[in-house]
Amino acid sequence: MIAPATPKSWYLPSKPHKFCPGCGHGIVLKALGEAIDELEIQDKTIFGCDIGCSLLAWDFFACDSTQTHHGRTTPVMVGIKRSRPELVCVGYMGDGGGYSIGSQHLLNAAVRNEKVTLILVNNTNYGMTGGQMAPTTLPGQKTETSPYGRDPELTGYPTRGPEFIAELTPDSAYVARATVSKYKQLRRFMRNALRNQIEGNGFSFIEVLSTCPTNWRTNAQQTWAFLEEEMETYFNVGELKSPFGKGDK
Amino acid sequence: MEKVIEKSKKAFITGNEAVAWASLAAGAEIMFGYPITPQNEIMHYWTRLAPKYGRGFLQTEDEISAGFTVCGAVQSGRKAFTATAGPGNVLMQEPFGMAEAMRLPLFAVIQQRGGPSSGTVVYSQQEVTLTTYGGNGEGHRIVYSTATHQEIYDYTIKGFNTAWKYRFPTFLLGDGYQAKMREPLEIYDPAERGMDIIKPYPLIGLEGHIGENRDPQHLCNIYSLEEELYEVVMKFAAEYEAITPEVVEYQERECEDADLIILSHGIVSRAADDAVKALRAQGIKAGYFRPITLRPFPQKALREAIARSGAKKLLVAESAYGQLERLTRQEIYGETIAIETLFMPGVGIVDYDIINKVKSIL
Repeated sequence: MIAPATPKSWYLPSKPHKFCPGCGHGIVLKALGEAIDELEIQDKTIFGCDIGCSLLAWDFFACDSTQTHHGRTTPVMVGIKRSRPELVCVGYMGDGGGYSIGSQHLLNAAVRNEKVTLILVNNTNYGMTGGQMAPTTLPGQKTETSPYGRDPELTGYPTRGPEFIAELTPDSAYVARATVSKYKQLRRFMRNALRNQIEGNGFSFIEVLSTCPTNWRTNAQQTWAFLEEEMETYFNVGELKSPFGKGDK
Repeated sequence: MEKVIEKSKKAFITGNEAVAWASLAAGAEIMFGYPITPQNEIMHYWTRLAPKYGRGFLQTEDEISAGFTVCGAVQSGRKAFTATAGPGNVLMQEPFGMAEAMRLPLFAVIQQRGGPSSGTVVYSQQEVTLTTYGGNGEGHRIVYSTATHQEIYDYTIKGFNTAWKYRFPTFLLGDGYQAKMREPLEIYDPAERGMDIIKPYPLIGLEGHIGENRDPQHLCNIYSLEEELYEVVMKFAAEYEAITPEVVEYQERECEDADLIILSHGIVSRAADDAVKALRAQGIKAGYFRPITLRPFPQKALREAIARSGAKKLLVAESAYGQLERLTRQEIYGETIAIETLFMPGVGIVDYDIINKVKSIL
């Protein structure tokens, strides 16, 4: 049997990781790990994680890491990058942390074109706290705080993060939406988002569409169907802005 | 790092400007700030001076961000600071809590304004409780309450050293009067006074190669088990208590034979000092006690002053409605001295306010 390849930048004592079976975080973090390896930046990468399920990645990498508060990973990464520009600062957060409680930090960091890379995992709910409605919850989707389905009349439409960040940033920024269902593309976007920071171009942001069978209460087929048929229909996958030339939509 | 002040010199400047100069002299490398009165001029002077000495500045989107960017900067080994007041101090309690939990050498200047809420932009001593015990923690912080511009300068330099030496978040607690008025002071390079400036060092972004000659650093402030958190907090508490004797500072005057001790802090202690002199001249045996560190509180020294003098009354005078008084009561629990109060929340206290109060209770 061939053992699955593990990125060199993963921290093995913390494996196997603690995400639920079927959760997409492991795929996102594998793509990030492979991109870190490929760019040979393990020693100078600072990985910062938010509160929420992203917290479970606090010791995921064999990279210097710091865990922050809910929504506050962006300013901590900005503080580090402004102090030590030679470091590669990667903030890791969920849709609640990034688009709700931390949205003020996210949009202002984007406007200032901060030279950090932020990865936001969109699984349409607050997973760690038990499946509440998130800014990204789809219309009609049932969660613990929208038990009859999200009603846009009452709570608005899902946040399209990369779209608004693309509007706020100059051309030197990198903005993309990936999905855990297209791994090679995800890894390529991840590499671009890191490269953009390393080259000192500007703000780099990837939203990754991900799965949460535990809180969606779905089996494997239903999980994948929700991701590919519902989420990827509402949220367009592709590069919205890239200094590296025309991306794929 | 370039020397900021070659030779000590007299200056006639505002307290906010004194903070900026002292921060430069202390080797602060970067400030993160958000506008709020009455601390704005700290940023104004810093942004003018910092580029000349290769120091950094970022105006953040709010105080939460200013506090957290400082947390990130000090984790990466840079001497960073912020300044705020009032509602900004409320918002910064979240990052201050992270600094407490992760033992980050965060230094912040608080220029108190009136409260609650937006209150006034002018002056108060109403941020004592918030600055000493704010946040969802145990108040493992060090808080210096200054009374003069010279102290603002001295304790800003000292505050950075305290933060980096003990790694408890450290605060200089001033107020709008101290922030805005001009006063003579002497500004100097710390080396000229034989003071060692503690060099910052990183917790993350270390030298070396991970897996070859060093391990990765994983910093966290959340724990899975009750027992894990318990051990962390108990260790912090023990360390805080161990350093208390060398950190605690106070001033005591005329307490030896005092019938009454006036207890005050910050700028009010200047009125108390004048009041004691005037009362003594009138034959009234008044004493003066001033905590310089509100956290840790000089409770041992205050208990000794009470015992030594045999004073019957302790008058607590403050520009707040009992914040210093509550702190004092909890710290000297068990003392039988009668506690009298002069509470003037959000307004200044002058010597005759105290003199009149003393005469009314004797």
